[in-house]
Amino acid sequence: MDAENRKGEARMTPAGQALSLGLVRCHVCGLACEHVGGVHALPCPRCHAPLHTRLPDSLTQTWALLLTGLLLYLPANLLPVMYNSFAGRGSESTILGGIAVFWASGSYGIAIVIFTASVLVPCAKFGILGGLLIATKRRDVSGRVRRSRLFRLTEHIGYWSMLDVMVVALIAALVQFPGFSTAEPRIGIVFFGAVVMFTLLAAMKFDPRLLWENNKHE
Amino acid sequence: MSDYDSPPPEVIPRRLRPSLIWLVPAAAALTGLFLLHQLWASSGPEVSITFQTASGLQAGKTEVKYKDVTVGLVKSIVLSPDSQRVLVTVSLMKNAENLAKADTRFWVVRPRVGIGGISGIDTLLSGAYISLDTGTSKQSGTTFTGLESPPTLINGMPGKQFEVVADDLGSLDIGSAVYYRRIPVGRVSSYALRPDGKGVSVNIFIDAPYDRFVTPSTRFWNASGVDLSLNSDGLQLKTQTMASVIAGGIAFANPPDSVNAPSSADHSVFRLADDQPSAMAPQDGTPQILQLRFQQSLRGMQTGAPVEFSSVKLGKVTAIDLDFEPSGSRFISVVTLEVYPNRLGRVLEKLPKPEKDGEKQAAVFLRDLVQHGLRAQARTGNLLTGQLYISLDFIPNAAPVAFDLSARPLRIPTLNGGFDHLQEQVATLIGKVSKMPIESIGNNLNATLGNLNQTLIQVNGQVLPQTIQTLRQLDQTMNGAQRLLVADSPLLQTLAEFQRTLYSLRTLTGLLTRQPQALLTGRLNDPKEKP
Repeated sequence: MDAENRKGEARMTPAGQALSLGLVRCHVCGLACEHVGGVHALPCPRCHAPLHTRLPDSLTQTWALLLTGLLLYLPANLLPVMYNSFAGRGSESTILGGIAVFWASGSYGIAIVIFTASVLVPCAKFGILGGLLIATKRRDVSGRVRRSRLFRLTEHIGYWSMLDVMVVALIAALVQFPGFSTAEPRIGIVFFGAVVMFTLLAAMKFDPRLLWENNKHE
Repeated sequence: MSDYDSPPPEVIPRRLRPSLIWLVPAAAALTGLFLLHQLWASSGPEVSITFQTASGLQAGKTEVKYKDVTVGLVKSIVLSPDSQRVLVTVSLMKNAENLAKADTRFWVVRPRVGIGGISGIDTLLSGAYISLDTGTSKQSGTTFTGLESPPTLINGMPGKQFEVVADDLGSLDIGSAVYYRRIPVGRVSSYALRPDGKGVSVNIFIDAPYDRFVTPSTRFWNASGVDLSLNSDGLQLKTQTMASVIAGGIAFANPPDSVNAPSSADHSVFRLADDQPSAMAPQDGTPQILQLRFQQSLRGMQTGAPVEFSSVKLGKVTAIDLDFEPSGSRFISVVTLEVYPNRLGRVLEKLPKPEKDGEKQAAVFLRDLVQHGLRAQARTGNLLTGQLYISLDFIPNAAPVAFDLSARPLRIPTLNGGFDHLQEQVATLIGKVSKMPIESIGNNLNATLGNLNQTLIQVNGQVLPQTIQTLRQLDQTMNGAQRLLVADSPLLQTLAEFQRTLYSLRTLTGLLTRQPQALLTGRLNDPKEKP
């Protein structure tokens, strides 16, 4: 084990996994309960939530949700997200088209913000979650601390992807001067919202504790 | 580490869960496929249209509309390879793919302001769009040449199209209205030079139900402009509507004798007359070409000048040329006429009917007329402008002229005449007047007048005072005489005395006559002599 991992190990409970102590932590209220065992374990004595030693089916569900997000990311980018008309001349714009327009018109700041929120962040999430899933499947023990940080980063930045949806919602609500200038959301933004939602769900379904599991099956 | 190995709790119960969660990406994939299919299904063919200019067009924004329904979108606008035109690529929708026929027409709808009206006002705000009118061809097309101006004729409009042939276009334009009893019933849809270059054929479209008024005998005339005429009835101003005066127009009417005539078929050809009277006039028939050779100058003669025969306007001058006659080294004006014998009206019925060899017969007939004194003259129709017209008339005592039966066109001998004679006489008169020594006459007259003036001064200065003096003296004398002559003046007394003396003397002389001896003897007693 390299130095980083040793440092990580040192921060964690030296006793390793809670299961080995016969404990299981409630996902909802965080109460450490005694692990009774069996498939259908007893619920949490405090909040009556079901108790699991790990999130059930975590890897598969994360994979599925991530894949869903990835699939939806295509129409989200290809389809127009907003229709705006000014003085009778209407046009539909996609996310990338909007970024290009902003960039071409010199609004580099806005272009960068939108690019970050709508392209960089979702792609980063796909990449990070995908990487984490693969690493977990392979039970790769090296770089586990770095992966843990990446996961926390993913959870943290995930919400900001909704920026685009917010922008469209705001503009559509504010720019309503019928006959002169209107803005309407288009189907693309629904897909984009779904992408953000599914990546958030995927991040939620991913149980970071799996990162630390040792190759027990080996 | 052996503690971790003990219970493998959650490994066993994986049977249904995986399949359930994979439904989510499957649904997403299905949605994506569905969208893709939608996209593919709704995208029709791509067509490219060339325009002169891309003014108002924007790639990705400009729409293509048919009957005001959006059926496509401009995808790209590039210059044509030779940079002469603009190449507009349009992606049509799936439901519009059968609109792109080989003869489908595309044009850009922009705001247009013309004399006839304003169109495309809605595009002021929304921007230009491409409109299309689907064709009738069976084949579909992918490359089109866009029209620069909107067509006036949209396929499928009820009505009929006719062709009107005119000498020139006049002020007509595409979109000029066609009037029937001053109701706009159609418009000019297109025009083109005739293939032989002689004249213009104008395509007009008459809307239903007015198209049924166009019958084979319908007359069309150019209703543009103002017809101002001054004749014995006074000043007459005839126009169609003001719109047609400004924008040009065509009017048509049916001759009164052609009621209940069947409607003309689509694409019938008509003749466009210059104005209503000539349109409604009886048909002229075939013209007879005549040629005149004038020795005189024909200043004021114009093509189109009337040819009159016994006050009937028989035709017009079609050409004026110069010819050179080497024998006399003279230039001769050659005037070509078009004469319509039909305009003679009923007289024609009394003339010999044309037979097979009409040309020959006409020549013979004309020769007879010439032998009886038919001559052509260029006469002045208007003294102010000096415009000439050709007068065909019988000149009594005209010098006989040989008539060439074989000449084509037929030649009518001419007479220098009319105003020219008068002109010559006036010129001679003026020449004589100019020869008179007006200057010396004037000088003499001037000297005489000077002398007279001097004489008058003398009279005033010297003769008049003397005269006045003389008159005064005369007056005095008269006064003196008057004094002498008053009733008891010594003169009168003297005269009375003298009278008495004379009486006595007469008595004496009488006595002496009768008794001369009385002078010696004295007076005898004479009984007769009793005073």
